[in-house]
Amino acid sequence: MTGWPILSVITFLPLLGALFIFAIRGDDETAVRNARFVALWTTVITFLLSLLIWIYFDPTTPDFQFVEKREWLGGSISYYLGVDGISMLFVILTTFLMPACVLASWKAIDVRVKEYMIAFLVLETLMIGVFTALDLVLFYLFFEGSLVPMFLIIGIWGHKRRVYAAFKFFLYTFTGSVLMLLAIMAMYWESGTTDIPTLLTYGFPAGMQTWLWIAFFASFAVKMPMWPVHTWLPDAHVEAPTAGSVILAAILLKMGGYGFLRFSLPMFPSASDMFAPFVFTLSVVAIIYTSLVALMQTDVKKLIAYSSVAHMGFVTMGVFTGTVQGVQGGIFQMLSHGIVSGALFLCVGVVYDRLHTREIAAYGGLVNRMPLYALAFMVFTMANVGLPGTTGFVGEFLTLLSAFEVNTWVAVFATTGVILSASYALWLYRRVIFGSLDKENLKSIKDLSTREIVILAPLVVLTILFGVYPMPILDVTAVSVDNLVTHYQAAVEQASSLAALAN
Amino acid sequence: MQANMTFATFLPAAPEILLAVGAMVALMIGAFRNEKSPSISAGLSMALVIAAGVLVWLIPAEGTPVFSDGFVLDPFARFMKTLIAIGSAAAILLSVDYMRFGRLNRFEYPVLIVLATTGMFVMVSANDLITLYLGLELQSLAAYVVASIQRDSARSTEAGLKYFVLGALASGMLLYGASLVYGFCGSVTYAGIADSVTTGGGSIGLIFGLVFLFAGIAFKISAVPFHMWTPDVYEGAPTPVTAFFASAPKVAAMGMLIRVAVEAFPAATAQWQQIIAFLAIASMALGAFAAIGQRNIKRLMAYSSIANMGYALVGLAAGSEAGVQGIVIYMAIYLAMTLGTFAFILSMRRGDTMVENIDDLAGLSRTNGTAAFFLAVMFFSLAGVPPLAGFFAKFYVFLAAIEAELYPLAVIGVLASVVGAFYYLRIVKIMYFDEPAAPFERMGGELKAVLGVAGLIVLLFFVYPAPLVEAAGAAAKSLF
Repeated sequence: MTGWPILSVITFLPLLGALFIFAIRGDDETAVRNARFVALWTTVITFLLSLLIWIYFDPTTPDFQFVEKREWLGGSISYYLGVDGISMLFVILTTFLMPACVLASWKAIDVRVKEYMIAFLVLETLMIGVFTALDLVLFYLFFEGSLVPMFLIIGIWGHKRRVYAAFKFFLYTFTGSVLMLLAIMAMYWESGTTDIPTLLTYGFPAGMQTWLWIAFFASFAVKMPMWPVHTWLPDAHVEAPTAGSVILAAILLKMGGYGFLRFSLPMFPSASDMFAPFVFTLSVVAIIYTSLVALMQTDVKKLIAYSSVAHMGFVTMGVFTGTVQGVQGGIFQMLSHGIVSGALFLCVGVVYDRLHTREIAAYGGLVNRMPLYALAFMVFTMANVGLPGTTGFVGEFLTLLSAFEVNTWVAVFATTGVILSASYALWLYRRVIFGSLDKENLKSIKDLSTREIVILAPLVVLTILFGVYPMPILDVTAVSVDNLVTHYQAAVEQASSLAALAN
Repeated sequence: MQANMTFATFLPAAPEILLAVGAMVALMIGAFRNEKSPSISAGLSMALVIAAGVLVWLIPAEGTPVFSDGFVLDPFARFMKTLIAIGSAAAILLSVDYMRFGRLNRFEYPVLIVLATTGMFVMVSANDLITLYLGLELQSLAAYVVASIQRDSARSTEAGLKYFVLGALASGMLLYGASLVYGFCGSVTYAGIADSVTTGGGSIGLIFGLVFLFAGIAFKISAVPFHMWTPDVYEGAPTPVTAFFASAPKVAAMGMLIRVAVEAFPAATAQWQQIIAFLAIASMALGAFAAIGQRNIKRLMAYSSIANMGYALVGLAAGSEAGVQGIVIYMAIYLAMTLGTFAFILSMRRGDTMVENIDDLAGLSRTNGTAAFFLAVMFFSLAGVPPLAGFFAKFYVFLAAIEAELYPLAVIGVLASVVGAFYYLRIVKIMYFDEPAAPFERMGGELKAVLGVAGLIVLLFFVYPAPLVEAAGAAAKSLF
């Protein structure tokens, strides 16, 4: 363990960087350059510091580690940070992707660069805060706060229909979250605290659990997003700048899944058990329906956005089986999707920067001019499909395995999603990369620049590394997941035996 | 109840006495110097209001009623008076720039605000229905005059007249209610009424009186369905006057309502809770939906303040200590947000004309980035987005509502806040997403100061919220 408040430092370091950029005067070329470098260095240092958490992390205990607690709002609402096996890797994922986002925006963003970098750094603070907060009110603060910078990023630096997309994004997620806020308050009065570790073992009365579960579901289902409240996502993805899409897909969506794991499952076990078939239904519909929708897209980003919804369907399905494989698979799938979908959006960004169009039909035959790009894009496409040997496979396999154990039909329908994902992803790849290079403006297109290689190479390595050897991730999460599942199963069993007694 | 007029009897009313005497002196100075420039009067008035605000903290607030139980200075009154003094002083400060350009050339204006402040101080300290009415009328009469202070402007006089006619009607209702309450309880002091209601139970006549009384007060805080005057008066009155109306008088009326509800009718809580819950729902909903169509920023702020009063009332609907604490926090934060926003609205000037359309804000982030940033902070905060102060304001009132198990009220409230977020966000959109319009003139120094201070308070409240939360807790405690 370290003697200094490492989580606070990692959480608020990006904010410090934002203040630095805020202090830079002027709008000339040097100021813009400085802003970019400050942002890059801040994110890189944050990432390196966050690796310390992984190094010092003790994977043998399900308890929260690196805990910090201070007086805040008076009463029992405190400033309380800590990570366990479930949240730790999301922190690393966030800090890992941020330098890539800054680099991806290096040339693509040329207006109001300072504001852009500030918005991104503030967003990073809020995202890390979501995963490290151990107090419900503090969690809500970060969770909701992240809407503001994202709203501005989509609205200011987005594409043509950016205003519509920004509003839709904000209002959808805001509506879901305010209901969760009321649930948080109800939990406060019931248990007298908003302290997450205490609440994890509190045991709410069964009737209350149902309502609390619904309120939390309203928030996380929108964030996740689950069918049928996913419609904000394609709009937001399409209109956001590349780095905005990366963050949306890789981190913001994971807040929903993290919420299910951290709150819904352990805090409201009987309600989760009761609603599990409902969640399975929505997940299966999401997997099949959005995969079909993805097949029909003519816009690259929209296609990847719909595929995100389908992949998140596997996560919710796995998490709500309440089994070790399901939860492990859900976490792995989220981390894998964070890397893969982020990378896919970065790949789209690469060609978008050159041609300024997202139409699939505008591309074709890129392999002739861009072999490196074709290689990287292939790795991520295969991971998206869930090919064994890539990260995508591990998560999908584990979640399907757990679904099979709990409900065969769910597994059967979900598996068709795997086939559909292969169809849309491979078809996309064929249309963009292969074929003859007959479009005039493609004939002079350049392959990846050094900057782009620096962005994509680590992602390629991780996609394959964790696909072949997933143990580092599974080891870290194992104890926490075991603890969660044991606790969940016990609570469900107790509730059902109580119900049996009552009859 | 012996009227023993010693020094100690007058001590709790010292700030009011200072304000009343000071206002007379300022009026004399203004009249005899016969100056066109109101700057001396403004400076003196501000000093008076600030001195009164400080004086409140120098005298003991034991909560012993004086003047035949008609007046009380307790921690609650002290807190509310501090807010009122801040609001009034800021309102005078905000009018300086306006005066400089010769639009508000009357020395009476700051003095009238001092008189209104006196009335407001009395309102929150009132401990019987007669004192309540005295304070309310002193505040209202001064307000009617300042609304029409630009007597050459048709809009300003219209605003004043409308305010006066509707306000007189509301005062009539309030008086009628008060007389019914007196008739059925045989007492005008809050303690006497409370005793009577507790022992005798709430008779139907008393409930009638309660309804009329609350209707009159609801007019003052512009709660739906007594809100009709608000948009017209806000739009018609000179902008510094609007800033004043939106800030201190709302705090005072809310303070008065809390005290009369909690102290005089504790046994009838179940009855008045229904009234307040209805007012809250109606205000939140109307404030949210009606603001969507507004293009004039002053009208928009009128609907915004209606909605805000609705949220504050959610705390009172809970009828608990936590609820009162919530409202007190809400009003403090509301004050900061309102003053900050109006400080900016007052600077919306091109050449010699004031502009009031929200489309005039287009692209402000590029013509004046700092101001746009602070204004965006204000609007995000009004929308209740964490981690800004407006979130905590809503948090505490809804927390109380959930404790009182008013779930439908809370759900409607938060959903209304989503609708409200839409129009606040639209202003942010106009400032940040749209192409720049012509820039405004430079902001006056004092406007910058008010906007900056309010902005920092709203932005950084979450870092150290304890002082306000604790002070509000102490204030609420003194009522229960």
